[in-house]
Amino acid sequence: MENKELICVNCPMGCRITVTLDEGRVIDIKGYTCEKGKNYAAQETVRPMRVLTSTVRINGALARVLPVITSQEIPLDMMEEAMEAVRMLTVDAPVRVNQVLIPHFLGTDADLVASRSMKKI
Amino acid sequence: MRNYQAVIIGGGSAGLAAAVTLKQKGIEDILVLEKDGEAGGILNQCIHNGFGLQTFKEQLSGPAYAERFEDQAEQLNVEIKLNTMVTGLNAQRQITYVNPDEGYVTISADAVILAVGCYERSRGAVEIPGERPSGIYTAGQAQRYLNIDGYLVGKKVFILGSGDIGLIMARRMTLEGAKVYGVAELMPYSNGLPRNMKQCLEDFGIPLYLSHTVTKIYGHDRLEGIDIAKVGPDRKPVPGSEIHFDVDTLLLSVGLIPENHLGDEAGIEMDPRTRGPVVDESYMTGIRGIFACGNGLHVHDLVDFVSLQAARAAEGAARYIREGEPEGRTVNTAAGENVLYVVPGKIHTDNVPGHTEFFFRVRKPMDDAVLTVRAGSKVIRTVRKKKLIPSEMERLLLTQKQLTGLEGDLVIEVREN
Ligand SMILES: Cc1cc2nc3c(=O)[nH]c(=O)nc-3n(C[C@H](O)[C@H](O)[C@H](O)COP(=O)(O)OP(=O)(O)OC[C@H]3O[C@@H](n4cnc5c(N)ncnc54)[C@H](O)[C@@H]3O)c2cc1C
Ligand code: SF4
Repeated sequence: MENKELICVNCPMGCRITVTLDEGRVIDIKGYTCEKGKNYAAQETVRPMRVLTSTVRINGALARVLPVITSQEIPLDMMEEAMEAVRMLTVDAPVRVNQVLIPHFLGTDADLVASRSMKKI
Repeated sequence: MRNYQAVIIGGGSAGLAAAVTLKQKGIEDILVLEKDGEAGGILNQCIHNGFGLQTFKEQLSGPAYAERFEDQAEQLNVEIKLNTMVTGLNAQRQITYVNPDEGYVTISADAVILAVGCYERSRGAVEIPGERPSGIYTAGQAQRYLNIDGYLVGKKVFILGSGDIGLIMARRMTLEGAKVYGVAELMPYSNGLPRNMKQCLEDFGIPLYLSHTVTKIYGHDRLEGIDIAKVGPDRKPVPGSEIHFDVDTLLLSVGLIPENHLGDEAGIEMDPRTRGPVVDESYMTGIRGIFACGNGLHVHDLVDFVSLQAARAAEGAARYIREGEPEGRTVNTAAGENVLYVVPGKIHTDNVPGHTEFFFRVRKPMDDAVLTVRAGSKVIRTVRKKKLIPSEMERLLLTQKQLTGLEGDLVIEVREN
């Protein structure tokens, strides 16, 4: 058995949460104030998940790059691979906010989507 | 001279929210003046997520948050002049602007709302000894280059100051393939939000050097390296504690200051603590009919509060346009023990519409604290706070009843238990 301590970053309360693991499985969570913190702590100790934001090249728009975002969190350990895929991608204007650019990004449940609209010029 | 009911200077999140609220309140004849080629302000370069949790219950990117307000403004037929720089403002609410289509134009307005945002403190304001090579940027400049122009300013990076923009850029540049060697913070605590400390530094193993500062710059044309050193309680470098880093880029994330050139020109009284105008509960400055909100009033960390505050300022402006100035006595507010500033700076105590929201920041991190609001010796409200940190702006509501007929300055103070 092993205890992992973490500070919840989901709100300013900053609760100190202790997660007890048994061979990598969560068996107890203490110190959280709300469900959000409990779920965060469980996930964070097993496999941290993050939203990725970046930019991709865009042709035919006023700006040279388009901001993109994953529609939900993806594993933190996949960030390098994710950035490689982002770097390979070029899109053409026009683009609408939330338009899916890569569905099931890297095989996850998240899509890579445009995080703003851009007109064609 | 063309006169408008209201002119809003700045088309960032504050300006857009103010315009939308004015239209909703039936003030139709309004104009937004924006110097950039698009509306949205600083949000256009803040491509990270975390915007709009309060307003939309979603975590949007900065540009996506801005787009929601731009869409609302468009639906309400708000006129926005882009590429239009306001160059002059006076106490008679005459505004001079310049743009490529019209040249220099002077207009006037019954009400003016300043929504001009803030600027970053730069090297001149920090005083780092050594040469002046290229490769030194404010974090926001580097952010704009990368997120709008697609240009990475350097490969080997150090960041001075633990402000949120610097932290966000540490992650962003790391993901883009740069090596970020560390972040130095003069104070013994971080100035960034805990969430950014975790997700921007810890996630990528980027060290944070608290109570450290940059003491030397190396390089002639391009930056070649820096020294950082520990600082003592007097914030002076401790000799012998230097650490050297070979870097080509130094980002400064050492603070934001409200943009107040126009306000100064109009003769608006400024608060030396916020460095923005002194306003009353309707966000009117010391000059009749001129209002201020957003980062141009005081620096905010959450855009949701910027939008809400701008809506409040627009309500104040709408009331002023219809009914004129609020009457009756005013009391000043004051930052008491451990409090850095309080906004609004004055209150009409006989004429407070519903609740009044106060914004303030504490001077240092405090646990288990008691916040007291008093007027003279009379205690109006006490609130227990489990945790207070300077990087998170605090809000406090006082009711009409609590504010009516006060005597003496309204003081907000915080003490540790
Ligand atoms: C880099 C950065 C990161 C942030 N990260 C977050 C975050 O993660 N989450 C969050 O909720 N909030 C965040 N914030 C805070 C929040 O986004 C900002 O406080 C808010 O967007 C400020 O809005 P504003 O309208 O007051 O200022 P701005 O967006 O700066 O708008 C001011 C506008 O006025 C225009 N202007 C200025 N002077 C003139 C003139 N003379 N003539 C014409 N136009 C003029 C400017 O061009 C600009 O468009 C961040 C802020 C910054 C600076
Ligand atoms: S556990 Fe809940 S209350 Fe505590 S910090 Fe996390 S989100 Fe906030």
